[in-house]
Amino acid sequence: MDFQLPEDLILMRETVRDFVRHEVEPYAMQIEEEDKVPDSILEKTKRMGLFGLSIPEEYGGMGLSMLGECAVFEELGATINGFTTIIGAHNGIGSVGIVEFGNEQQKQRYLPRMASGEWLGAFALTEPQAGSNAAAIRTRAVKKGDRYVINGQKIYITNAPYAQVFTVMAVTDPEKGAKGITSFIVERSFPGFQVGSVEKKMGLHGSHTAQIYFEDMEVPEENVLGHEGEGYINALKILANGRAGLAARCLGSCQYLLDRSVAYAHERHQFGKPIFEQQIIQHYLADMATQIETLRWMTYRVAWMADQGQNVVKEAAMLKLYGSEVYNRVADLAVQIHGGIGYIAEYPIERFYRDARITRIYEGTSEIQKNIIASELHKAYQKQND
Amino acid sequence: MKILVLVKQTFDTEEKIRLQDGQVQEDGVRFVINPYDEYAIEEAIRIKEAGDAEVVVVSVGPSRSEEALRTALAMGADEAILADDSELFGDEYSAAKVLAAIARKDQYDLIIAGNQAVDDGSGQVAVRLAEELGIPHISTLTKLEVNGNEVIGHRDAEGDEEIVKATLPVLVTAQQGLNDPRYPSLIGIRKAGKKPLTHVTLADLGLTAEEIARKSEVVETFLPQPKTAGKILSGDLSQQVSELVTALHSVEKVIG
Ligand SMILES: Cc1cc2nc3c(=O)[nH]c(=O)nc-3n(C[C@H](O)[C@H](O)[C@H](O)COP(=O)(O)OP(=O)(O)OC[C@H]3O[C@@H](n4cnc5c(N)ncnc54)[C@H](O)[C@@H]3O)c2cc1C
Repeated sequence: MDFQLPEDLILMRETVRDFVRHEVEPYAMQIEEEDKVPDSILEKTKRMGLFGLSIPEEYGGMGLSMLGECAVFEELGATINGFTTIIGAHNGIGSVGIVEFGNEQQKQRYLPRMASGEWLGAFALTEPQAGSNAAAIRTRAVKKGDRYVINGQKIYITNAPYAQVFTVMAVTDPEKGAKGITSFIVERSFPGFQVGSVEKKMGLHGSHTAQIYFEDMEVPEENVLGHEGEGYINALKILANGRAGLAARCLGSCQYLLDRSVAYAHERHQFGKPIFEQQIIQHYLADMATQIETLRWMTYRVAWMADQGQNVVKEAAMLKLYGSEVYNRVADLAVQIHGGIGYIAEYPIERFYRDARITRIYEGTSEIQKNIIASELHKAYQKQND
Repeated sequence: MKILVLVKQTFDTEEKIRLQDGQVQEDGVRFVINPYDEYAIEEAIRIKEAGDAEVVVVSVGPSRSEEALRTALAMGADEAILADDSELFGDEYSAAKVLAAIARKDQYDLIIAGNQAVDDGSGQVAVRLAEELGIPHISTLTKLEVNGNEVIGHRDAEGDEEIVKATLPVLVTAQQGLNDPRYPSLIGIRKAGKKPLTHVTLADLGLTAEEIARKSEVVETFLPQPKTAGKILSGDLSQQVSELVTALHSVEKVIG
């Protein structure tokens, strides 16, 4: 058992911590109000290499292990989640498909520019009638000669307003259900590609989510990602791969909220003493701290297992479920400890409270994570009793 | 061109200083590159990126300083030297002697340092080093231009600007605002682990303990008195003035 991160990862995480604290966090309120991350911050983020975390070194990225990615994401979670989401969606669901299933030619074309942050990535699965039931997508891809013609609509696509490269799932064979879905690499510049208006959201300000439309969009056949008919499985794998990173982002936000809550409990006086001296406040903090510690070791253990090449479908689902639920509980207690000021927008706590909510919904709802966990338990039982 | 940058690892400026038995406590403290030295490192790397230079960073200090040097390597320096033999530690005089011995082992055209370290704040080491090496120095730069052999330094002069010319080799020190130091990139951090970092000892430098023995002695270390509430004088003006004069003479004893 070795619970120590390797030396270079320690230095990386400290650098990212400094960067977040001094270059992003001071602008969090501005980002929230303007619903935009200043370009200067994004430029610095790109220069640090934070857009190439999961992309292999030979394509200009960092090729970090899952452990390393989680260490970085934990630090990125300690500020406005909209900023974190731009990077998270790009490094996670936005580029993992090409890293994992792309052929050499596709990797050469896309990854270097994605690693530098010149081209942002997005992942387009969800449709109006296909959310949790992703196999019900209707976007249709019809083969014509050496190209596919795609028609359809995707909704809630994070990074869509500025992404250049989209991993798009579309139906190539309607007879085959989930096995008739294929994944494509779609460039924003393809004729027939259109981004709709940006959604107004409860939180995650600074990150943008929009609809996209394909109208007789022509995609060359060399842009099929992986094999025809494997798009649904690819999508599930991409989502599973992103779960540890998402939990690490939750972890960073939780730690931020705990630190602020401990400080506030000591500084705020009522009834002639700090509210920290009330046992119930102490217990709130103890509950927060204990859950955060559990989440931390769960995150790094799942990341470590994934790095060992172990199957982590069940554990990653547990982690995503637990991380997002803990984040919501911690955010709720943080608001409670802060009292009125916890509800006031001039102070960051209510922002985290709103930002936390999405983590139980996107990249697979909490309910869907439980379905996955149960189905894995069932599979294991069946295997034992065969 | 070969550039030597002097680096000291200091307390993070956000840290609280705690004293125990007259010693500053270091446990649990976060250490950073002295902020003035960050400007020096950044300036050296910019010169390297603009032309052709090799950047060596050097530190005299305990082995924990290796982290500061690794960060400098991650920012883009090529090579690091750490004088972490405790026999090399003394005061500003000793540090300058040690650095001079290190500098003499190679041919440096330009030496860049921070104007001062935020811990001891003496501002002596770099200037002493220039004296030891018998080269000119320009201190507290807000802008540096290097054209071939010629160096032009801009410095703040009480609101005006003083422009100083010198020829290489020269030593300069950085003032706050010389540049905006970069964060090391993640790939830089990874590469830093593979760049050379040499430890040197008293023997390596051919020095003796007597030669570098400290010239000064710390008599006492104490924290500043906590600030007490100020006093607001009232009454008519002449009365306030005489009260103030009395206070300065006999209470605060500012005027003897
Ligand atoms: C801000 C934001 C960003 C997003 N970014 C992306 C993106 O980049 N790319 C992308 O493709 N999608 C994205 N999404 C879509 C997101 O993944 C879906 O919203 C999510 O998967 C849930 O689908 P749904 O909204 O259709 O809800 P539904 O599937 O309609 O679910 C409604 C409720 O029913 C429950 N439910 C549904 N089916 C079951 C079941 N079988 N068992 C138990 N409970 C069930 C759900 O858990 C939920 O509580 C984003 C969404 C948002 C809001």
